[in-house]
Amino acid sequence: MLEIKGLKYQVADESGESLGILNDVSLEIEDHKLVVITGPNGGGKTTLAKAVMGLVQPTGGSILWNGVDITEKSITERARMGISYGFQQPPRFKGLRVKDLLCLASGRENLATEEACQYLTKVGLCAHDYIDREVDASLSGGEVKRIEIATILARKSGLMIFDEPEAGIDLWSFAKLTETFQAIHARGEATLLIISHQERIINLADEIVMIEDGRVAQHGPKEEIFPLILERTSAGCTYLSQEANK
Amino acid sequence: MMDKTDWKLLKEIADLEKTPQGAYNIRVNGQMDSRSTTANIDITTKTDGKSGIDIRVKPGTKKESVHIPVIIHATGFTELVYNDFFIGEDCDIDIVAGCGIHNTGCETAQHDGLHTFYIGKNSKVRYVERHYGEGEGTGERIFNPQTVVYLEEGASIQMETTQIRGVDSTKRDTKIVVGKNAEAVITEKLLTHGSQTAESDMEIILDGEGASGRVISRSVAQEESKQIFYPKMTGNNKCFGHVQCDSIIMGNAQVSSIPAIVANHVDAQLIHEAAIGRIAGDQLLKLMTLGLTEEEAEEKILDGFLQ
Repeated sequence: MLEIKGLKYQVADESGESLGILNDVSLEIEDHKLVVITGPNGGGKTTLAKAVMGLVQPTGGSILWNGVDITEKSITERARMGISYGFQQPPRFKGLRVKDLLCLASGRENLATEEACQYLTKVGLCAHDYIDREVDASLSGGEVKRIEIATILARKSGLMIFDEPEAGIDLWSFAKLTETFQAIHARGEATLLIISHQERIINLADEIVMIEDGRVAQHGPKEEIFPLILERTSAGCTYLSQEANK
Repeated sequence: MMDKTDWKLLKEIADLEKTPQGAYNIRVNGQMDSRSTTANIDITTKTDGKSGIDIRVKPGTKKESVHIPVIIHATGFTELVYNDFFIGEDCDIDIVAGCGIHNTGCETAQHDGLHTFYIGKNSKVRYVERHYGEGEGTGERIFNPQTVVYLEEGASIQMETTQIRGVDSTKRDTKIVVGKNAEAVITEKLLTHGSQTAESDMEIILDGEGASGRVISRSVAQEESKQIFYPKMTGNNKCFGHVQCDSIIMGNAQVSSIPAIVANHVDAQLIHEAAIGRIAGDQLLKLMTLGLTEEEAEEKILDGFLQ
């Protein structure tokens, strides 16, 4: 189980004024659930996910994974405890091939090509075209993003965090990706925490967490929260409708 | 006779664990240790007073190799060697050179080699050269290789030079004259650390119509080391040339990359790219999220970069 207790990330801006990026976030996520985190841009979703992976050090509160306090643990230690994180904008590597990254991710230097190819197929990449390619600037943003997701699949970790996995991915690959998330969830071996704004991904969720202004605005079963989100987004902006429709 | 240390050096510079197949000439502390020739490849000691060998490859020789490694394990030993390669027409051969210095003393050990290649029409040559230094002595390990290549019509050379750690000072000079429809590809890999210095001057002259040249230089400069690169590509005819220099800088190292392209013909198409930068923070973070420590992540990134 992932337990987030009173998590704060507060930093000062240039003028010294305190910015609350995360303000007292508390969440409990049970094992093997698929939880979608959604909410307006700048609300603190990515900071929260990065804090779980250790990429951001919170200024207050604690994070527990399977009962162990990991708040002070390094990224490497958390990774070895079974937490993985798919970057929203993954880096490129000159000289490292797709296969090299998948080997590192799986923790097996001798990862069979056949198995590595399976992970690529699951994110909609034609494996044989990509397996020996370098993860450098010759790949498009969408290709790098899908390779990133494939590395998380290869890790087979207990907690998989994906930060906007749909960003930059074409419709066909996206369909394949949602199938893959569904299949991982169905196997019931991992907890999935997915930051997303996509209806099709939100639809896969057991639970939805709405993060707004660095706080948990809503958290509950999809059936309960999703209608509330739809209601708010379809109402639109009253100012715009009045002024623009004149 | 060669001892264990020599074999270890041979493994580092030429990937040899036993006497190689085909033609070879092994030089230890300035003396010939062993030599073998084949029906198509002859190796003879120079008779004009200079130190070195002539390697002659008969026209039409295919799928043969020549190994000419050099080993120095005597501190204070310095040498200047001239090796000339005469490759006939229509050949397809591999040449593996390289020098290893094991210096346990306090005096400088130095190998300066001048290799000249005359490559005949339509011949393909793959030339691999590795430099490696080791030894607990305070004496410096110095290499100053010079390579000159003349490519006739339709000929090609694929040159790979590697120097990873252990060499205190190197000044490398490479000059390739590329004839009609001939091709030169140079891949250079370099890692310096400590207070080492490395300088690489390259000049590729695309002389014949349809000539092409490519330079791919990747280097890592660590600690207090210094590197300077001067790759120059000159187009004297309708030709294509590309120079690509990439360096990773670490610690207090210094890297200068000064590529030059010179066109003397309206159909000369020349490109250069040069980049120097530190290891990106997000690359380290990504590999750490895969369970690597920061040190392991750094090593993987450098290994991949110099692969």
